Amino acid sequence: MALGSSSASAKKPTSGRPARYSAFDIFKRGVTHEDWPRTFTQHDLKKSYDVVIIGAGVHGLACAYYLAKNHGITNVAVLDKAYMGGGGSGRNTAIIRSNYLTPEGVRFYDRSVKLYEGLAADLNYNVMFSQRGHLTLAHNDASMRTMAWRAEVNKLQGINSSVIDAEEVGKIVPYLDVSKNTRYPILGALYHPPGGIIRHDAVNWGYARGADHMGVEIHQQTEVLSIETKEGKVTGVNTSRGHISTNMVVSATAGWASTISDMVGVKMPLITHPLQAAVTEPVKVFLPAVIVSGSLHVYVSQTDRGELVFGASVDPYPSYSMRGSLEFTEGLATHILELIPSIGSLKLLRQWAGLCDMTPDYSPIMGFTPVEGFVVDVGWGTYGYKAGPVSGETMAQLVATGKTPELISAFSLDRFADGRLVGEKGAASVGH
Amino acid sequence: MIIIDCPHCGPRNSTEFRHAGEAGHKRPVATTDPAEWRYYLYVHDNPMGWTRETWFHGSGCRKFFSAERNTVTNEFRWIAPFGQGPAHTEESGA
Repeated sequence: MALGSSSASAKKPTSGRPARYSAFDIFKRGVTHEDWPRTFTQHDLKKSYDVVIIGAGVHGLACAYYLAKNHGITNVAVLDKAYMGGGGSGRNTAIIRSNYLTPEGVRFYDRSVKLYEGLAADLNYNVMFSQRGHLTLAHNDASMRTMAWRAEVNKLQGINSSVIDAEEVGKIVPYLDVSKNTRYPILGALYHPPGGIIRHDAVNWGYARGADHMGVEIHQQTEVLSIETKEGKVTGVNTSRGHISTNMVVSATAGWASTISDMVGVKMPLITHPLQAAVTEPVKVFLPAVIVSGSLHVYVSQTDRGELVFGASVDPYPSYSMRGSLEFTEGLATHILELIPSIGSLKLLRQWAGLCDMTPDYSPIMGFTPVEGFVVDVGWGTYGYKAGPVSGETMAQLVATGKTPELISAFSLDRFADGRLVGEKGAASVGH
Repeated sequence: MIIIDCPHCGPRNSTEFRHAGEAGHKRPVATTDPAEWRYYLYVHDNPMGWTRETWFHGSGCRKFFSAERNTVTNEFRWIAPFGQGPAHTEESGA
């Protein structure tokens, strides 16, 4: 594949190179009031690209970034039917962790945590990754057993993860109710110190800026209407802005993945469920770690602005609707007050929903499909953001080399036909 | 919150119901090969738009019923006792 050869960067002369951000630059522009240059450029759609990536979320943008950076493939278009980072990449609760249940999952998500750790320096963009620790609470013996199982799998893979008792939980998070007289007393927790939260928009923008800088084109409001194939090979893409010739299409479309796969006749083992989240008004920082309770179906963290960000389980029926519901906020409030009674007078600011493409085994679907030139990076369910950098890196490697990287070989589409499922439900934050 | 008009009990909150899957998702014969079984178990249409499906009124009459719902707007076009919906409509995937 001669993908690396052609590189037609059509930057407008006025846009110039994006500024390298630095403290000195902020000071200088503070004094001179000089405008910051645009972080990425608008392009006209070309007639042909070496690679077309559908979906300008963190997965699509990271894939484009690593295609350009690691493999020198820059004749790439990232298409999005709406705006960049407007799907799950802008709707998640921004929790990063690698304390999964299967060895394949742990190795994969740990690579992602490692990439996130170096991402701000790599992108020259402050992604505000705060590794403040991640606690998965257990309220019954069954949960304690699962936590012990996960801790042992994690340790074998070299991950900092262990089971702690209720007293230690209370020391780490003093505001948690660890008393014995509650409806669901906290028995202990899986403690994962490298886990934390990140500013998800900054990750999206940083990848977009980095990819754009190397010649990748990001096309927003460009909907893919159909994908052309000839003799089982991809030949082009019809979009709302015109036709593109290409031999390689990467679908990174999360909740909408089935609609894209249907265009080439590849049936996916996916069901799309909405997942709701909510945020409170900002208060002084009091919550030092990410708290997850599977039994109470809630997770909470405090942003650097002081808002509490809540998430829960997916809505109980398949839907592409991104409207919030009253049941969600009622259940959320009931459960969070069991854990942290002192926030009873906090007000919710807003709630929203994102779409999750749930797979039967809660592991993603990555790699080749029966249609040559159509590769997928989908099936993320509720784990998508955690995997952004590593899926970008491995999918870029897959596209550039034509071989499935070892790290994602367990996540192929044919595992469902062969019955080689990678059961990751036990590592879900809450029982979806 | 969506209100579902149960054909036996009348309009109730969706929390009383359980989504029981796509209509017409038929179990293959017991002698089929493993690949077909797995296709039946795992692969779904997951349509964006109108779809026929089965619901279960778990906190009411405890009966299954048929419906056609738009998965984007959560609007119901019709709801009928199990298997009694209108014949095939053009926009529905079923």
